[in-house]
Amino acid sequence: MILSREEVLHVAHLARLALKPEEIDMFTRQLNDILKYVEKLQELDTSGVPPLAHVAPVINAFREDEVKESLPRDQALDNAPAQEEGSFLVPRII
Amino acid sequence: MAYEAVIGLEVHAQLLTRSKIFCGCTTQFGAPPNTQTCPVCLGMPGSLPVLNRKALEYAVKMALATNCRVAAESVFARKNYFYPDLPKGYQISQYELPLAEHGHLDIRVNGAVRRIGITRIHLEEDAGKLIHHEVRPVSFVDFNRAGVPLIEIVSEPDIRTPEEASQYLKAIRDILVYLEICDGNMEEGSLRGDANVSLRPLGTAGLGTRTELKNMNSFRFVKLALEYEIRRQRGLLAAGREIIQETRLWDASQNQTISMRGKEEAHDYRYFPDPDLAPVRIDEQWLEDLRKNLPELPAAKWQRFQDQYGLPEYDAEVLTADKALADYFEGTVKEFPHPKKVSNWIMGEFMRELKETPSLMSSVTFAASGKLLKLVEKGAISATASKGVFVEMVKTGQDPETIIQEKGLAQISDTGALEAAAREILAANPKEVADYKAGKTKVMGFFVGQLMRRTKGQANPQLANEVFKKLLNEI
Repeated sequence: MILSREEVLHVAHLARLALKPEEIDMFTRQLNDILKYVEKLQELDTSGVPPLAHVAPVINAFREDEVKESLPRDQALDNAPAQEEGSFLVPRII
Repeated sequence: MAYEAVIGLEVHAQLLTRSKIFCGCTTQFGAPPNTQTCPVCLGMPGSLPVLNRKALEYAVKMALATNCRVAAESVFARKNYFYPDLPKGYQISQYELPLAEHGHLDIRVNGAVRRIGITRIHLEEDAGKLIHHEVRPVSFVDFNRAGVPLIEIVSEPDIRTPEEASQYLKAIRDILVYLEICDGNMEEGSLRGDANVSLRPLGTAGLGTRTELKNMNSFRFVKLALEYEIRRQRGLLAAGREIIQETRLWDASQNQTISMRGKEEAHDYRYFPDPDLAPVRIDEQWLEDLRKNLPELPAAKWQRFQDQYGLPEYDAEVLTADKALADYFEGTVKEFPHPKKVSNWIMGEFMRELKETPSLMSSVTFAASGKLLKLVEKGAISATASKGVFVEMVKTGQDPETIIQEKGLAQISDTGALEAAAREILAANPKEVADYKAGKTKVMGFFVGQLMRRTKGQANPQLANEVFKKLLNEI
């Protein structure tokens, strides 16, 4: 196995996913299948190939420092599960 | 056992662009919450960030000013973590291929020069602001600041004392302000410094377990927090206990660092290149253009003020701490070519008034200031009276000569006018005259004082002395 059950749990936690016990086993199996499949790529000799950071052949896409109109606040907040006094409302973290 | 501290600083500086780093929202401070956001800085699906050219150029300027090697190609990366001040679930930053590396900065501490290495400088976006409710278990999120451009300047662990840390931070601040790319305001958070600090036995080369200090929003707090933390760690080590690697906050009300509450999570940011942003390539020509346009930096100006104007180190330090002040000094010296006299005046009278009236430098031209100093030099006005004239210049923006005339402050350098008054004073004080004649020349001060009072400080004191000497010799 490339990915242990513990690693799957860790990754799930990082993504804030709560997995049911049967899902843990299922995802561990599925993720390992996927990794095994793409592992074939490791057979290629890439020692002379520079790491690719970006697939599109684009370099230096800039915008000038100009202010554009922002969203009206009610629109900015429209998708928020909770809002109050013009702010997004979230459970207290600290 | 004797220990030494090993300190590295991470400085975040907000760049003074008009718009955010990846979108056109304004960066203006103080607007009502969430009125400066758009699909890009809110992380809406389908939106595309595009790099602000000015933010990039500002970052390159800082890299050049701190002797960094600017990367021919750099790449933006996503730093993934969950926190409610981060709308996308990741922060756009730079990781493996930062904008610049391998720089250094020379700082002066107690007369000696210390070279502090700079590991890297990279560009990133700022996060939003959280306001925690005082009672309810909720927080308000304001994303106006999300996407404001930042540079992070990471030092090597070359710093050994809190004093050096504070000097390093000051040097960074001065350069940022000279470059006009950051306002350098620590209280408002446009300049933020975090420190990594550990102790090791003196003379060894390894590194001890470090703690990270945050929330030190002034130069003084940086020093105090590091002093406290070094004491705390030394105490633990002396007691044979372990240092826990953790983040600690400086609590200014308690004068101590406190462990950040909550479980300490191992950082696992899973950086990867941001597919939404094109790599940045900076060619030699571009770099050269930016290099050519760098202003004279604080350290160079400090040296030049000593070489060119023969000023003491201290004067050069005070005058070059603020670019506008340095410019004012040079402008005034052009009008009145006595650098040390100008320096004394600026560090005294001028800076006293500057505290009261911060707009002084735009309302009183250095031509007017130079004229005032010239009038004192010529004896047209006494040094004492010139103080009042300057206050008036600041208040009204009037020319010093006009003020002197209107207020009748011209120094009396007319021997005849002083003689008449002096004769009266001598006639009215026969006892003092007798004392003088008996060899008590100290009473001369009394005579001159009387004359100054009578002329409301307008008498030329040197001339007054001569007049009395002459008259007393005649008696």
